[in-house]
Amino acid sequence: MTRPYLLFVLPAVALVGLMFLLPLGWLAALSFGLPESFGLEHYEAIVTSPGIRSMLWTTLRLVTITTLVSLVLGYLVAFAMAHLGETQRLMLTLFVLVPFWLSVLARALAWLILLRHNGLLNEALTGAGLVERPLQLVRNELGVIIGMVHFLIPYAVFPLFAAMTTVDRRLVMAARSVGARPWRAFTDVYVPVTLPAIFGAGVLVFIFGLGFYVTPAILGGGRVVMLSEYISVSVLQTLRWAQAGALSMVLLLSVIALVWLVARAIGFRRLAGVG
Amino acid sequence: MDLSDRARRRIALAAWVVVLFLLLPGFVTLPVALNDSRFMQLPQGSLSLRHFEALLTDSGWHQSFLDSFTIALAAMAIACAFGTFCALGVWRLGGRIAAVVLVIAMTPMILPPVVSALAMYRVWVQLDLYDSWAGVVIAHAIIALPYVVTTVSTSLALLDARLEQAARSLGATPWRAAIDVLLPNIRGGVISGAVFAFIISWDEIVVTLFISTRAVYTLPRRMWDGIRENVDPTVAAVAVVLMAITILGVAIVMIHSRLRRARPKG
Repeated sequence: MTRPYLLFVLPAVALVGLMFLLPLGWLAALSFGLPESFGLEHYEAIVTSPGIRSMLWTTLRLVTITTLVSLVLGYLVAFAMAHLGETQRLMLTLFVLVPFWLSVLARALAWLILLRHNGLLNEALTGAGLVERPLQLVRNELGVIIGMVHFLIPYAVFPLFAAMTTVDRRLVMAARSVGARPWRAFTDVYVPVTLPAIFGAGVLVFIFGLGFYVTPAILGGGRVVMLSEYISVSVLQTLRWAQAGALSMVLLLSVIALVWLVARAIGFRRLAGVG
Repeated sequence: MDLSDRARRRIALAAWVVVLFLLLPGFVTLPVALNDSRFMQLPQGSLSLRHFEALLTDSGWHQSFLDSFTIALAAMAIACAFGTFCALGVWRLGGRIAAVVLVIAMTPMILPPVVSALAMYRVWVQLDLYDSWAGVVIAHAIIALPYVVTTVSTSLALLDARLEQAARSLGATPWRAAIDVLLPNIRGGVISGAVFAFIISWDEIVVTLFISTRAVYTLPRRMWDGIRENVDPTVAAVAVVLMAITILGVAIVMIHSRLRRARPKG
């Protein structure tokens, strides 16, 4: 007797289906030039237009750098959480969780206050006589990377930490007992064991990075335009709906492909945090 | 891992440097919001609440606060009701249908915000929902829904399925069993889901940027314009208010789940 339970899921499915998936389908149709015509010119433009290509290159480059930096820093924090005792674990978890939940806008603003031309960091540096002129820390790629890394570290920490708690301690002990130095045991035994988690966390961070809008828009100050901001400008300022639609579909399919990749590795239900 | 004391100290130091980096934005926003001048700077001498006062006295900020708050409450109510029953249905249905429903319910969380925003923007204009209170509520409810489904499903995974079967065998309808038997048992998950839904709506900016202009003007939206036009400390005060409400919400969830865990079972 499943019918009553179908009624339970109906409101949610109807809401998402009608007001979210259907509009998404419409956006997909627009990207092919429908309803007036049908063509792939907006997808061709993604490959041929120099402007779009350079924007995509910027996006991929920044997201890759951000992912690598977030993974290294996240690995460090996760390692400390996993192996430095209960007190450290609780404190670190709390302090990683707090920024995790804070408004992305509030955080971008805080970085702007810190990194601006006449911001706190530059005032401190010039005040201390360390630099003669204020450094350009924001409205460039450096500022965007700092803001994005800050946002993404917690997303790297938690999957890595979860994997580290399940590492069999005897593996490392075995390596040590046959004469491996601590560092060697870490790089040759510990890191390879956690490699699947590094991969999973990396893809997760990469997915979030690809879709970033607020941080690059504010810390890039219009000079570093990443995919999301480009899409938004295409629609809100230049009204190029079809082009924005095609770019959205590319972004969407990349994300779906990456989610699928992780889902195959660790399972969709665990990815969604269900069960 | 057996680590030497020196290695432990070095790792701890490095980890805390990263954590300080994570906390830095929180540390600067509050002092800047409390500074006495009309510039974005650390307090020079005395502290003042004038920028927080501006939030209460300036009719624009005041209206935005109300908009944000009522929208978050309404979106939370819808997401919570739809999401809880969706999770219950998925739990009982099982199999292929449940998997499909779960994927549908989760898509708003997985999609990049700008793609969601674009898709909704066009339809919202067509349906006359553009720049309306109801329009923003519906959009936020859709985005918050997956978070409720997730938290409620997590609670259900810990629940004994026979509980529901017992109620049903005693003659309760599925509806009655859900309301009287299941809901009280998954209260924790529903409350966490509600708080997260509220926070998601309260902080939402990307979709809001697309589907509203000035008739509905949420706090993040006004803050966004404030940052882009000229940065004054009132914006920092708003950031502090945004963060405070989020921390309050997360604290409620944490304390609640801790109390539940501490309570003896039986």
